[in-house]
Parts: sequence; structure tokens; C-alpha cells
Amino acid sequence: MLLAQVIVGGLLLGAIYALFSSGLTLIWGMMNFINFAHGEFVMLGMYVALLVVVWLGGGPATFGFAAAFALFVLGVIVYASLIRHVMRGPMLAQILSTFGLALLLRYTAFWIFSANFVSLPQVSLSGTLNVGGILMPVPQLVAGVAAIALTLGLHLLLTRTTVGSQLLAVAEDRNAAMLMGIRPDRMQALAWGLAAGSAGIAGALMAVSYPWSPSVGETFGLTAFVVVTLGGFGSVPGAMYAGLIIGLIQALSAYWLGPIYKDIVVYALFAALLWLRPQGLMGKA
Amino acid sequence: MRTASATMAAALAAAAILMSCPPADAAGTVKIGILWPLTGNAAAAGQASKAAAEVAADIVNNKHPELADLPLAATEGLPNQGGAKLELTFVDHQGNPSLAQQLATRLITQDAVHVLLGAYQSSCSFTATAVAERYGIPFMVGESAALNITGRGFKWVFRSTPIASDYAATYMRFFDDLKKEGKKIASIAVVNENTDYGTSVADSIEVAAKKNNLPVAIRIPYSASSTDVTAQVLQLKEKQPDVVIFISYTSDSILYMKAMKNLDYMPPMVIGDDTGFSDPSFIPAVADIAQGAMNRSAWDIGKPGSTTYKINEMYKAKTGRDLDDTSGRNMQGFLVLADALNRAGSTEPEKIRDALAKTDLKPEQLMMGYNGVKFDATGQNTLASTYLIQLRDKQYQLVWPEKAATTKLDWPMKGWKQ
Repeated sequence: MLLAQVIVGGLLLGAIYALFSSGLTLIWGMMNFINFAHGEFVMLGMYVALLVVVWLGGGPATFGFAAAFALFVLGVIVYASLIRHVMRGPMLAQILSTFGLALLLRYTAFWIFSANFVSLPQVSLSGTLNVGGILMPVPQLVAGVAAIALTLGLHLLLTRTTVGSQLLAVAEDRNAAMLMGIRPDRMQALAWGLAAGSAGIAGALMAVSYPWSPSVGETFGLTAFVVVTLGGFGSVPGAMYAGLIIGLIQALSAYWLGPIYKDIVVYALFAALLWLRPQGLMGKA
Repeated sequence: MRTASATMAAALAAAAILMSCPPADAAGTVKIGILWPLTGNAAAAGQASKAAAEVAADIVNNKHPELADLPLAATEGLPNQGGAKLELTFVDHQGNPSLAQQLATRLITQDAVHVLLGAYQSSCSFTATAVAERYGIPFMVGESAALNITGRGFKWVFRSTPIASDYAATYMRFFDDLKKEGKKIASIAVVNENTDYGTSVADSIEVAAKKNNLPVAIRIPYSASSTDVTAQVLQLKEKQPDVVIFISYTSDSILYMKAMKNLDYMPPMVIGDDTGFSDPSFIPAVADIAQGAMNRSAWDIGKPGSTTYKINEMYKAKTGRDLDDTSGRNMQGFLVLADALNRAGSTEPEKIRDALAKTDLKPEQLMMGYNGVKFDATGQNTLASTYLIQLRDKQYQLVWPEKAATTKLDWPMKGWKQ
């Protein structure tokens, strides 16, 4: 029973990992571009949720969408004002630009919100479900289920809609897409918006159960990179499976070996997998 | 090489002595160099301590007959040094041990301070005290708790604050008292973050528990940056200890309280070892689910009219906040230093050191809840101790030891069950 409880806890956390990592993988898949500021997008999503709850009130639906929307807009702005230009520069400029953006966002958050930890005031979402002896905290359950639904939604958007096809077309061959009347700039701005938006809503969902400070983005950013690499760069379903697997491994190794060993186990398995399958679980070789 | 450096050290020490030799003249001052993190991660603690030191200097330098219990409060300056005033020089080591070392050297050689006080982070105290030892300048450690700061055979380092082993001993005395009242303390659990702080306190608790024949049902070291502690809470739930002691930082202590509520696990008592449980964000985040959780503090504001209450009023007028345990312990270190400076009757380092070694302050002469101040051969205060406090509504109340308590202990804790 205890084991079942640990597994459920790991999967619920893994679902959130999956959601915020899917944005990172989307940008890579679309543009071969690594976004080091992704963890900071998650962090900003958390603060947007806090501001909305404090100023406007409302439940997770309200602040979740507010965070998604605010970060979507931020993603588009970042693309239009920064990424579009550095894309023409050398690889190093591309890497350093988002690294600089990450520091800018983190220290701006320090300046505005201070380094103190904050947490969401009690929202309507609370309580614990008891399913056959397994306790599921409602906030984590809602967050986990919503995260999986949104990740699947993003996958369907990419594979089953016209917009998705256009996004993939630009990723496949920019010039050919242009000849077909697709505007790559718009599509890529949309990709940045979707990526940042999914990070934002993931942040809002996490904020329900975790206290945080402006430096939290560092931890999440690192986790997202591990998830994306494990799942295969560019693959949204890959990110989903990888997120769930990493959440599960962390929970189980913390339970069996002790919490200080969980990261060792995760990174050891991660290194081993890369050795066997460098393209990741679902990546194309 | 060794002789060369020894000669060098001797020469520098002699130089330092020469510079500081003239005793305070009529309008004299005694210089105290203070090293704290005034910027960086721990800036809040450093700034709060700076304000506390300024209040302490005001108490010594000016007449405060209303605080007559404290040595030097009723008089102006240091009477035995012709009424010399204390002059403070603050430096900011930003929490960086090598910077702390450089600044300690600068304070001694350039600013010619007579004594040093600092340095908040144990790592910074560790390096800065080594400089003071080399130059033969007395150093008072007001707050840092790591065991290895004293006990290196140093002659010039003194520490007024309780340290990890004192805290462990306090918890054991508390458990003994509870057992005498017929409460069941069959086993405890220790949950600690896994850096220097958490490890050293948890080690001390394990040693003390063993000595007291109190089984430690489980010890859980974890990383303070954890985002999920479900597994750890489930392990606690399985072992059913009577008390769980958390040595945790901020986000993790909040996370633990929330996870315990979510998994419906409440031990008879939770004790937080200061730090996370004292962070300004702890109470707003979990007050409604952690009612009755305990914490330690050597500082208590006390009843209106008491010395501590008046000190708090002075501090509040300056900063707008109540004095806290950390700055309080630093302020106490300052006052112990001032008392020794006065008894030394001179600014010669040797005389100050001797006066410090002979320090014997009684509990009623202190602003903190120590049993007194008396240094052993390593420079550690042997009478240092702490109070235990308990969360009631949105405030901690002093509940132990009984003779100092303002409120009766609530056992078991209520948690979220109001």
C-alpha cells in the first residue's frame, strides 16, 4: 500500500514535469533552438498565479489561464524582440541570448518580489481524496490530470490540426513552407507563445502545492532539460513519458534508498540511457 | 619556512599591539570591528544584526538607567576606561569566507580595531577567527553554530551563542521533563537537510539521544531543494515516532507541513530547529495546519516593563520590526564583549583577552535566555542554552522551560484539527 502511494505521488509530480518540458521540446523541434530561460518561464507562471489570486481571487481555472495567457504573450514578445534577431547570429549568440534572458528574468523577479519564499494563499482547491487507502491530495491530483490533458492537447494540436501542420512544415523546411504561403515568422512566434504558455500554466499548477522563490527556475530548468533529452529532443509524447518516468524514479529511489540518493539514481539512469540510445526514448536517430 | 612565517606573525602581532597600545584617552574610543553579510543571500539577517548592534552600542554609550540589569547600561561609555565610547566599524563579507578573511585582516591592520565580532555564516566565522588568532586580537562569535569554530586550540576566540550540541542537550532535557509529567516519548525521528547545518545538528541530536537511551526510530537526510517529500512523510508515518525534529530550511519546512496534512499524518509533536520554522514566510504559509508546532529561540520579548521588552521597543523604534533570535544572539555577543572591554580597563589585547576569559555573567544580566556566560578553555560559553516556543494562532509563545514560560505547553499538537 505504501508503495502504491509512493508510485502515485511520483506520477503526479512527473505529469507536471511532462507539461513544462513539452514547451522546451517544442521549441527545439521547431527551430533547433535551446531555450535556457524555460525554467524562468515556469517561475513567472507561479508569480502570475500568485498576483491573480491576491488581486482578483478565483480558482485554479482563473489563475491557470491567466498564467498561460500572460506567458504566451511574453513568449511572443521574447521571440519578436530577441530570438528572431539572434537566430541570424552564430550558435554561441543563440545559446547566450536565452542564458542572458534567464538571468534578466530571474533578477528582475528578485527585484520585484524579493528573495523570500511565497506560497499561494489557500485556494478553493484543497482536501485529500482517499481512493482505496491511497491518499491523493486534490491540488496535486488536479494539477497532474490537467498537466497530462494539456500535454496530450499540445500533441494533438501539432499532429491533427492545420496550424499544427503549418508549424511542422516550417520546422521541416522553412523555404518550402514559405512557397506554400505559410509565414514562418508567425509560426515560430506561435511556437514560442505555446512553449512559454505551457510553462506558465505548469508553474501555476505547481504553485498550488509548492512554496517558491525567484531562484526556483534553476531547478525546473534543469529538470526540463533532463526530461527533454530522455524523451528525445523535439518529441512531445517523448517528454510526457520521460516526465512520468523521472517523477516515478525520483519517488521510488527516495523511498527505497533515501532522498539524498534520488538525483544520483535519476542521472545515472539518464547517462546509461543516453549511452544506449543517444537520441532519447522517442527521438529520431 | 615555518620560522619565517612565525617571525612574520610575531612581527605583525607586535605591530598590531603597537598600533592599539595607547589606552583610550579622555575623549577616547574603543573600536569594534564587525563582520556580517550586509548584502547577498543572508543580507536580511546581517542588516537586522547591524541594527541590533547599533542599539547595543547606544545602550553602552549612553545612560539607560531603565535597563540597569544589564552591565554598562546605567552609565555612559566604559567607566573603567575613563568613560570611553564604543565605535563600530561594519564590513560586508557577503557570505564569502575568503572575503571575510581579507576584511578581518583589513580591520586589524588598517582600521586598528581593538576587538572583532561576527560573522553569521559558520564558514565565514571559521576563516575570520583564524585571522584574529594570528594577529592576537580577541574575536567574539555571536551567532555561528558549527562545532569546529571553537576547539581548534585558539586563544583569542570566544563564542557566547549556544551551538549544535547545546541544542541537542536542550531537546533531551525537554523530553525528560515531559516524561516526568507522564507523557510518552518512546522514540523520536530526525529529518535534516543534508548540508553542514542540518547534518551537524542532526548528528548532535543522535549522539545525545543515544546517551539518554532514547531510540531514534528513523533519520531522514534530504536535499533542501526537494519538490516532493511524500515518500519521506510516508516513512515517518510508518515508524510512528512520538516527536519529529526537523532541521530544515524554508521551502522544505513548508513543504513538509503541507505534505503531512495531505497524507493525514500528525505525530504527537513536531519540533523545528529554528531556521525554516523561524523564516518570515513560514507562519503565513502554514499557520492554519501547523498549530502547536514547536521551535527554539533564546529570545523572548517578555512582559511589558521587562528589560527585554524595553530593548525590543528600542529596536522596533529603529527598524519597525521585533527583535528576532538571530540578531538577539548577536546583540548579546556584543554586550558580553563590551562588559569584558570595560573590565579590562585597557585596550591592550592581552588584557581584553584575560577579561573575556574571566567573564561570569548571571542570567539576570543577560537579554537572552542563557543560563549565564562563562567561557571554557576553548572559548565556548558553557552556560549557553535556549528556550522552546510553540506556535499559537499566528505567533510563537514561550512554553519551556517552565520557569520562563509565558504559556502552557499544548501536547499533543493540534495541527490542522482546530
